Amino acid sequence: MLNAHAGGPTVFAADAAPNPWFDPSYVVDHWDSIMGYLGEHIRLTVGAVVIGSLIALPLAVLARRSRFLAGPVLALSTIIYTIPSLAMFAFIFPFTGLSAKTVLIGLALYSLVILVRNFLTGLQGVPADVREAARGMGYGSLRLFWQIDMRMALPTFMAGLRIATVSTVALTTVGVLVGHGGLGQLIVGGFNANFYRAEIVTGALGCVLLALVADVLLAGVERLLTPWARVRT
Amino acid sequence: MSGFEQALLYLNDPYNWTRPNGILELLRQHLAISTVAVLAAVVVAVPVGIALGSSGRGRGAVVVLSNVSRAVPTLALLTLFAVSPIGFGARATTIALAVFAIPPILTNTYVGFRGVDADVREAAKAMGMSRRQVIARVEFPLALPLVMTGVRTAAVQVVATASLAALVAGGGLGRIVALGFGQQDYGQIIAGAILIAALALLTEAALVVVSWALTPGPKRLPFLSTPRRADAGAPEPTAAAVPL
Repeated sequence: MLNAHAGGPTVFAADAAPNPWFDPSYVVDHWDSIMGYLGEHIRLTVGAVVIGSLIALPLAVLARRSRFLAGPVLALSTIIYTIPSLAMFAFIFPFTGLSAKTVLIGLALYSLVILVRNFLTGLQGVPADVREAARGMGYGSLRLFWQIDMRMALPTFMAGLRIATVSTVALTTVGVLVGHGGLGQLIVGGFNANFYRAEIVTGALGCVLLALVADVLLAGVERLLTPWARVRT
Repeated sequence: MSGFEQALLYLNDPYNWTRPNGILELLRQHLAISTVAVLAAVVVAVPVGIALGSSGRGRGAVVVLSNVSRAVPTLALLTLFAVSPIGFGARATTIALAVFAIPPILTNTYVGFRGVDADVREAAKAMGMSRRQVIARVEFPLALPLVMTGVRTAAVQVVATASLAALVAGGGLGRIVALGFGQQDYGQIIAGAILIAALALLTEAALVVVSWALTPGPKRLPFLSTPRRADAGAPEPTAAAVPL
């Protein structure tokens, strides 16, 4: 596990060299590789959330339609929730090996589970009167879904997307288990490189910043998509 | 899938359980670290949650804390504590996990105490109860289900994330998985994953039963009761609803 590369034959870097928490020169020197890991992190997060929502939306629609489906869907999602990420990646690993696919599938499962709950809550929150009125005005089921349900439920959907995105950003780091953890590679890489603090802190701060930026971006998208909500304030 | 067969073989070998650094010893480490971390978090978070919740102050701070804690990767915190002067080992792991267990307990305690009906509080005061009595005898029992929800989510989260400590040279059941990856031993990887997942699910189930037993008032069996339709799919109001 520890493959420490000491500077000299007898001197360990941890003993001799200073090991600052913050080191701008580290970031400058390793800019390209940091950006590479950041890119992987973003690709994994976006991919997982997109796949998760594409599966979660039809599931939520089905679960709203029949109560018999809603129970099992929610129970299963609770169980998947509870499985720790380390175990999840280890379960998927024999099928997909040491590839980014392993991480992507695991993350997509987790975001799917978060999104199904929020989508279902959002859809159930659409007032029956409104749907009734729309149907009375001659809306077909597809138009009813797209123009009434989706818009009424949008704030809940977006809240779900924000939670799913932020927690997926944090969770991607566990992908180091199969060598595709995005910025998590920096965290564990720094740990294995003789506890190199600058690298660890860069990875950790990068994750937090990425999560915050993603959250702010999604909040902006929500504002753009719900022009009617702005009037009320 | 041969990996799963090998995993069963691994789990069936008594020596893998009883040897030094075997499953039993790692399980003991895992549970010891988790228990201490959760208890420490309870000791810190519940009083603060009670103080903030029953006075109604600090709402913004609680919301910010629960949101920010979602953005910080557990792995990062575990690693940062391990390379800090605390040094890596059980102590750093315990502290990192305790820090992570605080937000769900704090938020749920806060929400629980905030949710106590103002009329009930008023009535208790009118009956001559002191502020302390109102908190201990009226608000606390009413808030207990939510407080226990917080403790349960925190405990499951801690048990789950304790396995990540193995990625940065910590102990616990995660070591079996990490070791399996190091040795390219599929059976061991799967076996470790099964143990970790089972432990997390058992913790969840055990704490559901405990909080059911502690909750005052008319009881419904925890696994049989169907949630009311209104809150069937409601996401929990806290940082709790996050995979680990």
